[in-house]
Amino acid sequence: MATLTMAKAINMGLRNAMKRDEKVVLMGEDIGKLGGVFRVTDGLQAEFGDMRVVDPPLAESGIVGTAVGMAMRGWRPVVEIQFDGFVYPAFDQIVSQVAKHHYRSAGKTTLSMVIRIPFGGGIGAIEHHSESPEALFTHTAGLRVISPANPVDAYEMIQQAIAHPDPIIFLEPKRRYWDKAEIDDSVDVMNKAEGYSRLFDARVAREGSDVTLVAYGPMVKTCLEAAAAAEGEGLSLEVIDLRSLTPFDIDTVVKSVTKTGRMVVVHEAPQFGGVGAEIAARITEKCFWTMQAPVLRVSGMYMPYPAARVEHAYLPDLDRILDSVDKAMEY
Amino acid sequence: MLTAPDDLIQLLTHEGKRVTHADFSLDITDDEIRSLYRDLCMVRRFDNEATALQRQGELALWAQCQGQEAAQVGAGRALLPTDFVFPSYREHGIAWTSGVDPVAILGLFRGTTNGGWDPYEHNFGLYTVVIGNQCLHAVGYAMAGLREGKTEAVLTCFGDGGSNQGDVSEAFVFAGVYNAPVVFLCQNNQYAISEPNYRQMRAPIYKRAEGYGFPGYRVDGNDVLAMLAVMRHSYEHARSGKGPVLVEAFTYRLGAHTTSDDPTRYRDADEVEYWKDRDPLLRVKRYLDSVNTPQSFYDEIEVAAEAMAVHIRAGVRELADPTLDEMFTHVYAEPHPLVEQEHREMTEYFEQFGGMRSPHAAGGH
Repeated sequence: MATLTMAKAINMGLRNAMKRDEKVVLMGEDIGKLGGVFRVTDGLQAEFGDMRVVDPPLAESGIVGTAVGMAMRGWRPVVEIQFDGFVYPAFDQIVSQVAKHHYRSAGKTTLSMVIRIPFGGGIGAIEHHSESPEALFTHTAGLRVISPANPVDAYEMIQQAIAHPDPIIFLEPKRRYWDKAEIDDSVDVMNKAEGYSRLFDARVAREGSDVTLVAYGPMVKTCLEAAAAAEGEGLSLEVIDLRSLTPFDIDTVVKSVTKTGRMVVVHEAPQFGGVGAEIAARITEKCFWTMQAPVLRVSGMYMPYPAARVEHAYLPDLDRILDSVDKAMEY
Repeated sequence: MLTAPDDLIQLLTHEGKRVTHADFSLDITDDEIRSLYRDLCMVRRFDNEATALQRQGELALWAQCQGQEAAQVGAGRALLPTDFVFPSYREHGIAWTSGVDPVAILGLFRGTTNGGWDPYEHNFGLYTVVIGNQCLHAVGYAMAGLREGKTEAVLTCFGDGGSNQGDVSEAFVFAGVYNAPVVFLCQNNQYAISEPNYRQMRAPIYKRAEGYGFPGYRVDGNDVLAMLAVMRHSYEHARSGKGPVLVEAFTYRLGAHTTSDDPTRYRDADEVEYWKDRDPLLRVKRYLDSVNTPQSFYDEIEVAAEAMAVHIRAGVRELADPTLDEMFTHVYAEPHPLVEQEHREMTEYFEQFGGMRSPHAAGGH
């Protein structure tokens, strides 16, 4: 057992994946000697060499496009996009090529690749460094989109994602990089009986009976804090950590909402056309007759991510979540 | 009017005379030239058949390669079986020399598939329609080859229009930095649909190579001998660990961009006439006639081309529409619950009416 930050946990997961499979190659700006701007790849180039931990030229489409070519030859590239706001130059390659190649080749070409993106706000960064572009990717069939919320999941999910045959967008909640947890490194994650079969399952992070909070990535912790505060007010909130946005583990959410009859979805991304809208529509369809209130959403707003000095007003926090919980309870 | 520059690498003039070049030579027999001519004719026939099939409503679209056969056959015939090709969507000549069934290519243009063949069967990747994407794949594929200790060349193709895409420039950067064994073949057919070279670039494309740190050559793309010589040299350059090469094949698109295009709106008839006299097939015929090629040689090609045409016409009409099950297959490598759910729902929906019926089938609407 070791107590590690999420950044270190991902680092250890990457190291394990590279030891497990010599076809795993990491590519990303400054991930070599520097260890990445968040130090997630710290020490890996020294250990595995610059043919497996590659500092490519500064060109995101080039990085993803060459990773596609490597994957076509059976390699397993793990790409790091430095920040969420820098993924758009690669968006064409991701949507037109990464997502579609298995389909158009009728399964002849498997692109087993992971695109890691530190995402979300809350760290006081300048513009283009705090965005939540997940809906752009969940709307693109052919991609799987997942996001860990804590160091243990980050450690396990990165290894499972790398072993998976489909291309996966791996969204890392950058504001949680420094959260710590105990990591059990004595068991090989991939040798566990389930392999990566549980990778896309949601998790009940806290049980409750009055309202279901659904979140993923950085907002899971915020929801858990809201649930703890609500307990003092006599409200029992269930918190679901989705872990995977596509596939979306609807069964776990339906089970919870069938119990509580109320649901609030929380994410940093803007509400309109967001992941929360899709979840709301699907849960309404499945749980219409047992629901006591419409699905409510707490989210960012329909604007470019604002200047960092006011991001506290943009990002969902404990108070805004509990405000929506109260509204759900009023129905 | 656009004419051919006089500094192109050339080994066979448009009058059909063999000439020498200071840097590139080709040791080739007349019989080998006849073999090249055969390929040029077969590709021309394939192209014409496909155009006719589009006019008959059998294809949704066709992207003609007429005029570019020498550039493609030269590039294709210089490949070794272990090399790999990342084409755009007009490389019918290289598909032909690689051994891809012409009918498979037409599936994409008929709309029965988004792909059509196994990229690994003939080391010929799927056609790529988003301009320039494939150049980065070629570089990545070559980078992986370096890691496997392989000495294979990777060919990727783009056009004068594609040369403007960021992905092509990024591919040059990556190939240069990693010394990747990639040969970039730009078929400059002078028009990006309607936009002539002077609306797209200030300096010749091949000169860009120097800025990225590798050699660039500009070849008479209508001269199959020059193309063969320069491409052989370039692949060998790549295979021997010297890194990438850019070859600009200066050619002319005799046909339209696609069957949806109308080049009379933006090209002068005089210009087209000038280039028709520089037709890549014509100059080889002129040469072969000058070395006493018997009529039976041309007759045999005509017979083979007609047999291929029969195969294409029958094969295209037999290309089946995907079934509903096939439509939902291969979105992912492993099962995805949402795809499975929608597959199930659509199957149940269509079952109410006796199954999915194609509007293209006889009796359809």
